[in-house]
Amino acid sequence: MAMVSGRGVRFKGKYLFSLSAPKIICFIFLFAMVCFTALPLVYVTVTAFKPIDELYLFPPTFFTRRPSFNNFKSLLSSLSGSEVPFLRYVFNSLFVTVISVTISVFISTLGAYGLVKQRPRGGNVIFAFILAALMFPGSVTQIPSYLVVKELGLLNSYGALIITKVAVAFNFFLMKQFMEQIPDAYLEAARIDAAGEFYIYAKIIMPMMKPACATLIVFSFISSWNDYLGPLIYTSKATLKTLPLAVQMISGGTGAAAITTAGSVAASTFVMTLPVIIVYLIMQSKVLSTMAYSGIK
Amino acid sequence: MIRKKSGPTGYHNTKIGYLCLAPYLILFFLFTILPVLASIFLSFTDYDMLNTPKFVGFENYTYLFLEDDIFLIALKNTLTFACISGPVTYILSFLFAWLICRMGKLRNFFSLAFYAPSICSGVAMSTVWLYFFSSDSYGFINNLLMNIGVISSPIQWTLNTKYVLGVIIFISIWMGMGTSFLTFIAGFQGLSEELSEAARIDGIRYATQELVYIILPQMKPQLLFGAINSIVAAFGVFDIAVSVGGFPSVDYCAHTLVAHLYDFAFTRFEMGYASGVAVVLFAITYSVGAIIRKVLASD
Repeated sequence: MAMVSGRGVRFKGKYLFSLSAPKIICFIFLFAMVCFTALPLVYVTVTAFKPIDELYLFPPTFFTRRPSFNNFKSLLSSLSGSEVPFLRYVFNSLFVTVISVTISVFISTLGAYGLVKQRPRGGNVIFAFILAALMFPGSVTQIPSYLVVKELGLLNSYGALIITKVAVAFNFFLMKQFMEQIPDAYLEAARIDAAGEFYIYAKIIMPMMKPACATLIVFSFISSWNDYLGPLIYTSKATLKTLPLAVQMISGGTGAAAITTAGSVAASTFVMTLPVIIVYLIMQSKVLSTMAYSGIK
Repeated sequence: MIRKKSGPTGYHNTKIGYLCLAPYLILFFLFTILPVLASIFLSFTDYDMLNTPKFVGFENYTYLFLEDDIFLIALKNTLTFACISGPVTYILSFLFAWLICRMGKLRNFFSLAFYAPSICSGVAMSTVWLYFFSSDSYGFINNLLMNIGVISSPIQWTLNTKYVLGVIIFISIWMGMGTSFLTFIAGFQGLSEELSEAARIDGIRYATQELVYIILPQMKPQLLFGAINSIVAAFGVFDIAVSVGGFPSVDYCAHTLVAHLYDFAFTRFEMGYASGVAVVLFAITYSVGAIIRKVLASD
């Protein structure tokens, strides 16, 4: 039995693609836009696998006929003009990102639990500050943050890249919004059974926060992995730099796009881009359901 | 100390509450609250990180606005960028989210396709776009335009001061379907079917009518969140601008407020003066955000 509802034609409980004219136009339009938005990403993928002679062809070609791993091999074997191997940048990025994400998930969920479920005095004032912090870019706080990091003796260490990126206002905001949806009845039942407050956090709240945590992982992964200003300011040693700076260096500095580096730039960009897309793909449905709580009333 | 009031919502435990909040709050204080206060303080001083800060009153600000031509260029560039890129990405995010939510099962595919550019590194993506906008005839765009005969010699996209800011705006719009876009998609999913049904019975016939009278009022919280996000992203522009225009850029045509801040703070170590730039940036974004909050506040 086909059912016509506001959103399309339903068949056996599943949406079919309805064939009304506006919907087809809409589909064609969206598909054309996707071809445009995907173009650079397709270009990166294709160029990363292009053999060197094809890179020098004129007029330039978009697609490749003979895919090869040469660009990745040369990326791994050496970085011209630098003594730091490419894998070191990959390791730095992974290490910093994984630790920041873990700490951020822990302190944001614990903090939101404290604020929402323990209802401390002055909680509203604290939340007002966090909400206000959503309203300016992080670069505003960069100078004093640098001074704090320097005072803590963390300049030129992984610690500087991690500690400055974990207490993000947006992460806390999202966790607080999600936490408010969890009924207090669960906590009351647990308290009657004499469960401690931290036991409740770990064993009752956290399992229910899984979709929110998945979302937090995606967002903090993206921001940590792509962070440019942080490693630029807090590290001066090449051995501590992360992938965004490596990509910029491989391309020959800012504002440069030479044919000679196109292959290695594309390969390194490919290495940088693949993880974030995969992380998002795995978590997509959870992210979309969590973002429903992201509105500001 | 546990104080119990009557009713299920009466539970309070300030001690455990703050214990749980402590790890977050300590770091939040150190790297957000303290820095904002310190920026304001430092902006009234002359501080080179070697000697103790020397109080100079409003000198930094008068110099910024009256003598520093490059700051004024940065301010102009940032405002131009924000006034175009901010609203355009915001409206496009909403429009695409609206269309995508009418696509049934293809929704997830389309959301990924539009969202993907925004989660990539701005540095990496700018570098990729530079091959499209390359100033020689190897650049795809120059190549295409020359082939169809629009131009006879390559356009210096990233060197000619007329085009650089445009290229930066273009790339940032391309990367712009980010967090706000996801919020809108989630918002569209949470809309009340009953309200739309009722509206249809009451005589609403077109999708655009439904959008204006039924959907927009329900989505105010998402619209507000998205707006604040777009403003912050637009005024904080740095990595794309640096990657495309270079640092420093030709005639400072791609110089932004954050670039100016970075220049004075971390290449010249004039922390007091750079803090003045930070405070200006803070004041602009925060007040634009506050106005938007007034406009879009729910009830």
